[in-house]
Parts: sequence; C-alpha cells; structure tokens
Amino acid sequence: MSLELVDVTWMAGYRKIIHDVSLKVRPGEFLGLIGPNGSGKTSLMSILAGVRRPLRGKALMGGMEMHKMGRRKLAQNIGFVEQQADTTDRLTVREAVSLGRIPYLSLLSPWSSRDDEQVARALLDVDMADMAGRYWQTLSGGEKQRVHIARALAQEPKFLLLDEPTNHLDVRHQLGLLELVRALKVTAVAALHDLNHAALFCDRIAVMSEGQLVAVGTPAEILTPALLQDVFGVTAVVEQDMQGKCHIRYAVSEKQMPGA
Amino acid sequence: MGLFARTVFWQRIGAAGIALMLLAAAMAFATSIGETSIPIKTVIDALANHVFGTTHPVDAIDAGIIWNYRLSRAVVAASCGAGLAVSGVVLQALLRNSLADPYLLGISAGASTGAVSVVILGLGGGMLSLSMGAFAGALVAFVFVSLLALQAGRCPGAIILAGIAGSQMFNALTSFIVTKSANAEQARGIMFWLLGSLSGVRWPDAALAVPVIGAGLLVCLCYARALDAFTFGRESAASLGIPVRRVHVLLIGTSALMTAVMVSIVGSIGFVGLVIPHAARFFVGVRHGLLLPLAALIGALFLVGADVVSRIILPGQVVPIGVVTALVGAPAFALILCHRRVLR
Repeated sequence: MSLELVDVTWMAGYRKIIHDVSLKVRPGEFLGLIGPNGSGKTSLMSILAGVRRPLRGKALMGGMEMHKMGRRKLAQNIGFVEQQADTTDRLTVREAVSLGRIPYLSLLSPWSSRDDEQVARALLDVDMADMAGRYWQTLSGGEKQRVHIARALAQEPKFLLLDEPTNHLDVRHQLGLLELVRALKVTAVAALHDLNHAALFCDRIAVMSEGQLVAVGTPAEILTPALLQDVFGVTAVVEQDMQGKCHIRYAVSEKQMPGA
Repeated sequence: MGLFARTVFWQRIGAAGIALMLLAAAMAFATSIGETSIPIKTVIDALANHVFGTTHPVDAIDAGIIWNYRLSRAVVAASCGAGLAVSGVVLQALLRNSLADPYLLGISAGASTGAVSVVILGLGGGMLSLSMGAFAGALVAFVFVSLLALQAGRCPGAIILAGIAGSQMFNALTSFIVTKSANAEQARGIMFWLLGSLSGVRWPDAALAVPVIGAGLLVCLCYARALDAFTFGRESAASLGIPVRRVHVLLIGTSALMTAVMVSIVGSIGFVGLVIPHAARFFVGVRHGLLLPLAALIGALFLVGADVVSRIILPGQVVPIGVVTALVGAPAFALILCHRRVLR
C-alpha cells in the first residue's frame, strides 16, 4: 500500500501554506522531509497523516481518498507522532501507549488480551518495557518521544509519520531515535531538521521550500551544494564516504567565526 | 468473553452496586436530617409505603416531609452533583485546561441574566417562571459564546476566552438590571438564587433533572475513549481516529444542556464542577471509563452532603449551598492536593 499526495494545496486563512504538492511514499522506505522553517513541512505531515484535509488536490492511501475512508480506518493504518505533544495529566507510560489501541476499541469490542499484547510489543519495540509503570512527567525528552512512537506503533500502522522527532534531544538520543525508526518494519516519513541525519538514515529525501516540493530523490542526488545554497541559503561542502553516504560540512564566513 | 474480561465485567457490576448503595444510604441520611429530625427507620418505612405500597405505620406529617420535601431535594442534589462533576470532567478533557468548569461557557452568567429579566423586569408578562427565564438565558449565553469562539478560531484557548468575555458581559447586564430596577427584597432573593439554592425543589424538578442528567451521563460515558484520546491534544486525538469536531460539538453541547437545566433549577452552585473532577482523578487516574462514573458518584455524594450541612449549620436558617460547597470543599481539596504532592 502506498501513501500519495496529488496536486495538494492547503491554506491557513488567506495564506497559501502548501502549494500544488505531489508526492508518493513508497512501501517500506524511510522518507525524509527537509526544508527551512516555515516551508510547510508540518502542514504537509498532517495532510499526509489524514489529520488535515487538503483544500485542493487529493490525499490518497492505497489509491483511496483519505477523507472518504473514515478516521478509524485511517488511524488503523497511519501512526502520527506530532511535534512536542505534551500533557499535564498524570498517566503512566503504559497508559499513554494504550491510547494507540483506541482505533480498535468500541462499545462492542472492549479492551482484550490482544490489546495488551500489542501494547507490550510496542513498548518492547522502543525499548521502554521496563519503564511501563513510570509516570509521564518523570520521563526525559528522549523517553517521552519514544513513548509517543510506541503509542503510534500500538496502532499497528503501515505508515509511521514523525514531525521533527529529534527536536530538543541530545545527539546520542537523536541518533538512537532515528536508528530505532530505521529498524522498524514500517514505511516511515519524518520531517527532519538535521540534513546529516537525513543523509545518514533516509532512503529518499523530499525538499520543501516556500510551500512547494522542489526536489525528491536519494540523499546523493538531493544533497548538492547548489540545492543547499538555493533552499537553505548556506554554503556547504558535500562529501561521500566509502558506502556512498553523504556528509555535509557547512562553510561559515570569516566574520561569523568566533574570535574573528 | 475471556476469563479476564468476565472478571472485569463482574468487578464493574460489583463496583456499580456498591456505588448505588452508598448513594442510597447518603440520600436516606439526608432525608432523615433537618429542622425536625426523623429516624432512619421511619424514613425507610415511609419510602417503602410509597414505593412498594406497604402499610408501615408512619405519621402523616413525617411521611409528607420525607416524600414531598426532603427526598425530592436529595434526588435533585444527587443528580446535580453528578451532572456538574461530569460536565467538569468533559470540559477539562476537551479543552485541555484544568481550570475549565461547567460555568466557563457563560451558562451561569446567562442564566442569572435570564432570571433577573423575568423576576425584576417582568419579561414574559408572568407567563415565564424564574427557572424558564434562567434556562433561556443560559442557552442564549451559550450560543453567544459558541459563535464568538467559532469566530475567534475554534482552538480551546478561543473557547475559554470567549467564555470569559460572555460571562463578564452577562454578569454586568445582571448587575445593571439589579441596580437599576430591583428593590431590596428582590435583590436579596436573586443573590440567594445566584449562590445556589435547593429550597423549594420538588418532584417536578426531579422529574426534569433526573432524565436530562441521566441521558447526559450516558452520552459522556459512550465517549469515554474519545475523551482519553484528547490526552495529548486535538491533533493527536484526530490521528487516533477521533472525529474531533463532532466530538467537541456533541460533548460540549451535552454539558451545556445539562448545566443549563441544573442552573435553572438550583442556581449556579460553584466549586463542584471545577474541583470534584480533580478529586476523582486523584483516586482513579485519568482514564475516563473509570473517571466519569467516579466523578459522578463523588459529585452526587458531595452535593447531598453539602445540602445537609447547609440546612443544619445555622439553626433556623438555610445557608446558600454554593457557600457550603466552597467552604467545605476548598479545605478538603487543599488536603488532597498536599497529599498528592507527598505521593509523587
């Protein structure tokens, strides 16, 4: 099954946020979405997740228009981790992950042992099983983010969408989290800020600029000095290592150097 | 049904049974206490005579007091307590704000404006009762606040701000009408009603309150899981398959209707809708499947108890129940808060 946007436009008030974007997410891949602040990444993620409906154009899952499928059905296929979703409620890690079973529960199909199994598996997947009884407020930023991912995984999704999942995490946790997503057996789409992370972990990269999708391709195709200058306004040197992975070094002008 | 599910099912039935027994005991107790104290045995005999048609010997005056005055009052107190607490839980969950309460939507302010319009300005030319005026005012205020919130952008913050604006406006209108036209007697009566009062509550009020609040509780319970889904906000609820806008409209509308009916019968009793939800959360956590019924139970018990206190605390006088709920409730809640910090 694939996830696809066709000529999608979305506006906030009179301001065009997303402008004629077409994008196809391939089954099994890890797609990175990059772009400067305000380029429309977050809006595009929520349209891909089916949380927002495009003003014009189509958002398709498996060839069907998302808004015609019903929210529950969507939630059984797409797990969405937003940017910094927090709560003041006093709930445990297990309770937070259990929320992911909501799309499968109803008055006629109450909580069952299968739901317990799925929650336990999701906790194992993100390596949080031994912290299931901890309270949300006692977790670190990285742990909270892993709980969010576990909650999304408890939805048994085919697609996992993450909006800037590594924000506010230290380097070790950033890398750990992306390794974790990479190792999961789902199709993943993540909006990322760090271009080196996108280069290291993603199969393909999509670049947003001013509400438009300006390029899609493998990291080696996308991450060129010309594009980085064009889209991000930075001067950079891109090197490839033996495995063909890209590494970006940013060039900083003399007067911005410390001690200059 | 698996063994686990069956155990849970019977546990719930058992818990519901215990809750109902507690409530019945509290109401019997409330019925026996008052200016003339009536023994519990007489209360039970009188009720049995009425409900099961038995012929226990009960003094006719006692029977009248028990059935016509005190029991109807206890029933209304219990249902309003439950309704206010559940509305509080629902609004706090949907608006993601622990300070939200049922009066946030301008309902009590609108009700008071409606009530003074009828009582003081004589709106409706004697055709409308104070309750009907209050109900109409509550609905007008709710519609006003909802439209304002929609214009202001639909987010939870917008509803809260619109509610504050609406409440201030309707409160000012009430004060204006009272200052301009009321005599001292009327002003005192309105004041008493504004603080909440169960005096004068009879069976017709119970016949309105019980079905409306019962139905409201049922609707909220059916959406307990949807309320859970709002734990991490609206977007997160949407990604968990919840039709956010529909749930918002339905549940906020349900709480508004319950609150409007309650305010029109007993005035605006403060504190219950704000604080009982937090107290209930302290006992069972944040899952709404448990939280809603427990909040309803605690709210009902609390208001029945507060009504008893309001009748006996000053001999020969009834204190407005809103005063009692806050005077007794605030210290109790302070204790819970401090205790919770220790537990953490």
